[in-house]
Amino acid sequence: MVALSQKLLVTSMDKPSRRSPPFSFDQVFRLASLASALLVLTVLAGIIGAMIYGGLPAFRQFGLGFITSSVWDVQRDQYGAWVAIVGTLTSALIAVVIGVPLSLGIAIFLTQLCPPWLKRPVATTIELLAAVPSIIYGMWGLFVFAPLFAKFVQVPVSSIVEGLPVFGTILYARTPSGVGVLTAGIILAIMIIPFIASITRDILDQIPPVLRESAYGIGCTTWEVVRHVLLPQAGVSIIGAIMLGLGRALGETMAVTFVIGNANRLSPSLFDPGSTIASRIANEFNEAIGLQLNALMALGCILFLVTFAVLILARLLVARARVK
Amino acid sequence: MKFLPYAVAASLAVAACSLAVSAAEITGAGATFPFPIYARWAESYNQETKNRLNYQSIGSSGGIRQIRAKTVDFGATDAPLKGEELEKDGLVQFPVVMGGVVPVYNLQGVASGQLKLTGAVLADIFNGKITKWNDAQIAQANQGVKLPDAAITPVYRSDGSGTTSVFTTYLAQVSEPWKSGPGAGASVQWPIGQGGKGNEGVAALVKQVPNSIGYVEYAYAKQNQIPVAQLQNKNGKFVGPEAKAFQAAAAGADWKSAPGYGVSLTNQPGDEAWPITAPTFILVPKNPEKPEQVAEALKFFDWSFTKGDQMAIELDYVPLPGQVKDLVRATWQSELKDKSGQPLFKK
Repeated sequence: MVALSQKLLVTSMDKPSRRSPPFSFDQVFRLASLASALLVLTVLAGIIGAMIYGGLPAFRQFGLGFITSSVWDVQRDQYGAWVAIVGTLTSALIAVVIGVPLSLGIAIFLTQLCPPWLKRPVATTIELLAAVPSIIYGMWGLFVFAPLFAKFVQVPVSSIVEGLPVFGTILYARTPSGVGVLTAGIILAIMIIPFIASITRDILDQIPPVLRESAYGIGCTTWEVVRHVLLPQAGVSIIGAIMLGLGRALGETMAVTFVIGNANRLSPSLFDPGSTIASRIANEFNEAIGLQLNALMALGCILFLVTFAVLILARLLVARARVK
Repeated sequence: MKFLPYAVAASLAVAACSLAVSAAEITGAGATFPFPIYARWAESYNQETKNRLNYQSIGSSGGIRQIRAKTVDFGATDAPLKGEELEKDGLVQFPVVMGGVVPVYNLQGVASGQLKLTGAVLADIFNGKITKWNDAQIAQANQGVKLPDAAITPVYRSDGSGTTSVFTTYLAQVSEPWKSGPGAGASVQWPIGQGGKGNEGVAALVKQVPNSIGYVEYAYAKQNQIPVAQLQNKNGKFVGPEAKAFQAAAAGADWKSAPGYGVSLTNQPGDEAWPITAPTFILVPKNPEKPEQVAEALKFFDWSFTKGDQMAIELDYVPLPGQVKDLVRATWQSELKDKSGQPLFKK
């Protein structure tokens, strides 16, 4: 194989190079691809610029209080983002906590344990999950999942934990309606699983079989192979996949709007309704005027910042893991 | 959901006659609440006259923005603009059709229409002041109805909407604490409860959550058969939401009292009047750059006034009373003129 490619290389270099015309295809191609790359940058810069410009009046009016205040009163034009920021981070965190172990399980099963005839159907199903529009997840979450969740999780769990310290607050539903921050987190988990699972599967597939086979050869169990050989090899890339999923969970709008309960209140219970930055924008943008519109733009800026922070954190983690 | 076929039919009709070049095309944008009836009217109007109406239901404030920017021939809004705003933007405002907002509930053993509420009690429930169904204030009006010893879960619209605007306007009229607290508007700061997106979101939550109470557009409650409460009106009578109760509210109103017919039909006098009734409005420029387009829009609404009542009733909207339609037509004639001073609307 190597010899063949070297031979090809040599023969192609032997040929006398053709004189390039004044506008070679290569040049045009280079310009076209440069333009495509620049277009993305310009659009991104434009969006950020427009958001900052739109949000500036709100930042100017409320200053740092815009982030720390939890008041959102359209009638009196008082806006604070704290409830939405907390809701965004909490729901995304729940999604990652639930979604990551499941995704890793799926990927490991598909690459290591799955009988060949089952591989195709399971992998295709997972990828189809990624193609479901988010509004469908929202509708399904509200009309199908939420009633079941209320009946089989919220009611029994609340009756068990009632009166207990800590759990009695975090997992107590005053009104078991099925919607709330935890429901949103679970729906988000289902939405990010296909992303994390299929990327992780690709990564595990790329690990040279010889590593795995040698490990089995010296008598390792499946668990030991996965834990001590495969995961360390794929670790950095898996973190990247998780961060991609987290980014999606932070910005998801429609599905969350349907199932989070849309209340501008901080509550210690995960069963209580809350709101996220994206759901707040989706709810109010249509009918927003004046300072409310500026405040929603400012919320958008904050979501941008949060997502950027997550991405940067991911890069740092990856870089650090590489050094090790 | 039953609106969908009409919307599809309307767009098909629009597509079908895009071949006819000579027909006028009217563009409008705004409120989502009247979209189904505008689409239905547009479909029939198109069959009769070949003229097309292109209405984008982007929300009331979007409609106001668009007509201010003059990108459409007319704007549509649920909450009326005030006189000085109309003056400043050079707009003329008139009502087209009405609808009602109704309280819906989920109480085991209490059938639709059995629950009776006064305005003040309704406001206190949504304000978090009355927290239990067997509260003495609720029981007082509901002798003989077995109310549970359970916490009330209020459900509200989380998206900014004309429905919320009408509902909170009513609450602010009947309750001083509501007026000085959450206030009236398309979205307010709810002290308690859960938010659903759109009528369907509120309806779904009310159906799912035992002991909850919410509010939706009348058409939505009727089509989905959700239990609705009776309300006490200004005359002290308990009434149920039905077409004649909405019409009674419109009949009792002094339409000429506010500029641009911007009257509130909430809490109107009349023994039969439903207290949470509201018209939806159209905005057109007073001195239009394209007078012929505005003239076409007026022709469309005139046609709707003449022939559209039955269609409105079928979709659970409430047609305007005849004398109000005549008032509106007179406004068109007196206030909307083209550049040479000729009225845009001719009878």
